[in-house]
Amino acid sequence: MKSPARKLLPALGVTLFWLAVWALAAAAVGQELLLPSPSQVLRCLVRLAGGAEFWRTVFRSILRVLSGILAATVLGVLLAALTERSRVCKLLFAPLMTLVKSTPVASFIILALIWLGRDILPVVITGLMVLPVVWANVSAGIAGQDIQLLEMAAVYRLSRWSILRNITVPSVLPYFRSALSSALGLGWRAGIAAEVLTVPQLSIGKRIYESKLYLETTELFAWTLTVILLSLLIERVLLRLVRTDFRKGAGKHA
Amino acid sequence: MLELRDVTVAFGERTVLQNCGLSLDAGERLALMGPSGCGKTTLLRLALGLQMPDSGTVRCDFARHAAVFQEPRLLPWRTALENVLLATEEGQASRDAALRWLEKLELGDAAALYPDELSGGMQQRVSLARALACRPDFLVLDEAFKGLDDELRVRVLTLLAGTLGQTAVLFATHSEEEAQALDCRILRYRNGKFA
Repeated sequence: MKSPARKLLPALGVTLFWLAVWALAAAAVGQELLLPSPSQVLRCLVRLAGGAEFWRTVFRSILRVLSGILAATVLGVLLAALTERSRVCKLLFAPLMTLVKSTPVASFIILALIWLGRDILPVVITGLMVLPVVWANVSAGIAGQDIQLLEMAAVYRLSRWSILRNITVPSVLPYFRSALSSALGLGWRAGIAAEVLTVPQLSIGKRIYESKLYLETTELFAWTLTVILLSLLIERVLLRLVRTDFRKGAGKHA
Repeated sequence: MLELRDVTVAFGERTVLQNCGLSLDAGERLALMGPSGCGKTTLLRLALGLQMPDSGTVRCDFARHAAVFQEPRLLPWRTALENVLLATEEGQASRDAALRWLEKLELGDAAALYPDELSGGMQQRVSLARALACRPDFLVLDEAFKGLDDELRVRVLTLLAGTLGQTAVLFATHSEEEAQALDCRILRYRNGKFA
């Protein structure tokens, strides 16, 4: 088994390589307004992070995006369960999800701007982008349960709760985890895009919009970097919480 | 009691069972013998309620069913002991009984292992322990001893013959020796029927 340091080294090397490419490109361009260097962006980020306003902004954006993801996840799981239980539900939901998945996010944002308030809109848009992903993955997980195990459960007349706990959840969880991984990245991108277009108070999207407006390219990069770091961090934390290995002391036999 | 009357089952164009019937009382043991594909497993599935006949009737009054299929059908994410406990009532008594069954089936050291850490024969014995631990009044065995070596199979059959008591057994097998070891009445497949 590789040690953590040996696993980290290649990733660190790749990161350093691309940072070097970025630094060289910035040096070649020679204008911070067009392409700031990594060090300029880092300095800007440190300066922004020194103010309380930065953390309040970050907190509110996290709250919006995670609310949307959470609501869509709950709804997606419920709709997936209905889809796999009823043919009518499958017929009804499948085209709806395809429609949601295929509609450009900008169309949703503009429509939602007419119907909803600025603060709630990024939550709704995030949810709309995440919903089809969770629905499709969880539906596939439910449909993919091992029929032989379900027959065994029928023979032994296991309760619905026992089937859910012992067969359905362990079967669906890898699909759910994969959905969550895709949904988090998608949710962040959609949520921040919605914030940029609706500019709610205390939002990363508003700060990105203002950076563009006042040609603060370095700040634009710093806020974008913040979004990337937040997205990666939250994905790591949430995926750790969703275990797919149901064995006690998972990994000891690996 | 189990009663199948005039059951017919077809898969597409192929009729597997035609106007078949059998009955099984409490404590009775019945072995179905015949070549592969003659419909033994289909009969067992009908008896367990896993499949409906195209015509005919199936009546099963036994309350507590158990089955050992050709495949072990264990939960990969549960240990051998947890798999055995799956169909039992909660409590220490069930746990003790499950451990006793694992020991009787020579799996005492494997209770904490997961299915992928067990050989095929061990998995099959865990499946058998699960069936016996729930104290069934109707036990279905579908070529249940296929993965066991000869010596172990004899020991397991001897154990089973001595512990089944009033459990009704429906047993699909290719081996007359196994059927006799369990003291089964034998129905053989002849001319499209079990008789």
